[in-house]
Amino acid sequence: MVTNSQHISQQFENELQDIRSQVLAMGGLIEQQVRVAIEALMTGEVELAHEVIAADEQVNEYEMLIDEECTQIIALRQPAASDLRLVIGILKAITDLERIGDEAVSIARMALNFSQKDRPKHNYRELQVLGHHVNGMLRDALDAFARLDVEQAIKVAAEDNEVDVEYEAIVRQLITYMMEDPRTVSRAIDMMWSARSLERIGDHAHNICEQIIYLVKGKDVRHMTVEEVEEKVHEDD
Amino acid sequence: MEAATQQTTETTNVARAIDIESISRGQKLNLADETIALEVKDFNLFYGDKQALHGVNMTIPKNRVTAFIGPSGCGKSTLLRCFNRMNDLVDSVRMEGDLKLYGDELNAPSVNVADLRRQVGMVFQKPNPFPKSIYENVAYGLRLQGVNDRATLDKVVEKSLKGAALWDEVKDRLHESAMGMSGGQQQRLVIARAIAIEPEVLLLDEPASALDPLSTLKIEELIHELKDRYTIVIVTHNMQQAARVSDYTAFMYMGKLIEFGATDELFTNPKEKQTEDYITGRYG
Repeated sequence: MVTNSQHISQQFENELQDIRSQVLAMGGLIEQQVRVAIEALMTGEVELAHEVIAADEQVNEYEMLIDEECTQIIALRQPAASDLRLVIGILKAITDLERIGDEAVSIARMALNFSQKDRPKHNYRELQVLGHHVNGMLRDALDAFARLDVEQAIKVAAEDNEVDVEYEAIVRQLITYMMEDPRTVSRAIDMMWSARSLERIGDHAHNICEQIIYLVKGKDVRHMTVEEVEEKVHEDD
Repeated sequence: MEAATQQTTETTNVARAIDIESISRGQKLNLADETIALEVKDFNLFYGDKQALHGVNMTIPKNRVTAFIGPSGCGKSTLLRCFNRMNDLVDSVRMEGDLKLYGDELNAPSVNVADLRRQVGMVFQKPNPFPKSIYENVAYGLRLQGVNDRATLDKVVEKSLKGAALWDEVKDRLHESAMGMSGGQQQRLVIARAIAIEPEVLLLDEPASALDPLSTLKIEELIHELKDRYTIVIVTHNMQQAARVSDYTAFMYMGKLIEFGATDELFTNPKEKQTEDYITGRYG
């Protein structure tokens, strides 16, 4: 249960409000990182890739800043119940956000590799589809966090299964390319790494959704199938 | 190299052999599995025309620590005091409903109040040692019961002071006045006095609120040790304290029991909005 009542301590209220806004700001930056990294991959624009790599430092700073503020709140306010779950949920969610940032950097590095090679006819279209999908998941996860929307969190978490299927399809297709024409191996491996990074972003978005469910409902839904999550979340409705 | 590999494999196997259950801090508590010590049923209490407790229903489990929390005037101390009939001393009090200790009605006319208070001991907010020696404070209850045998008294005094984690600090000055002890020591002395007569239940009314943080921790540690032998009910304004020392927590508000359940559940995921608002420090 999360209540809308105000804290008696306005200062505490502000501190909790602050960490929530900072997570959203960090999330906005990460979303942009992923979007630009995918664009760099698709267009081969070197500047875009460098932009992503440079901005990762900001992502790391956000992580450390939010970490520090959560630690302060625990030490000074001893939060309980929904406040405690908010702080713990945020501490875990920002680890996933930071790792998404790292994956964006990996993708940007792959884009730099690609830029030195001829562009293939298919122009990495499958990666574009997968990238679009995981970026949508990330956006919806952050949106669910902003509105503390459990239903949307469940929906986003469920999408991770589709992302996994798309990733498997890309891997199979790349194996076929490589078998048909060994000269494509080098490029195919880079594509495989990129696809892997995108798939990992989907996993992290999924984890963030689990933290949202925990901080709103107080229920630990990690390591469960989508059906089990639905059942657990609604068991006392 | 080979030896190193082998060692790694062994380490992995050892790690695998560790049982997750044994690492987690004990099993989940469930009220339904507990032996009941005190039972409160449809209980109302009035001070004159003013109703202080409204239809309280709860069961307090044996050999556990149960904490009552809630804002001032919510009725938690009133309820606690009913358990050893301290409210008998207030003229205008009227009660309805059942209050049972191991199935026997506490307010029944046949109950001897002195016997009841021997079974249900109480410790108050402000330490109240008698102006006697440390030894005589602890021996007081037994002397009242007519026990005067020196050897018996010596044994009980030592056992009780050890039980209250005070023995090492006072064993060399048992016959000095209790009034010369620090507040934290006095409070532990009062607890030693209460357990000297081996009660079933210990009622603690804000036992640490007049003490400094270190003495508070000693009292909390003591409560933890005592629960193997006694059923403990504690009223506290300090919610972190309730969270630390208790197995079960009852949240009361305006004379009503709002929520009662396992402490770790109540402090991480309370079911009622009023509980949530209170423990997180919000306006109701």
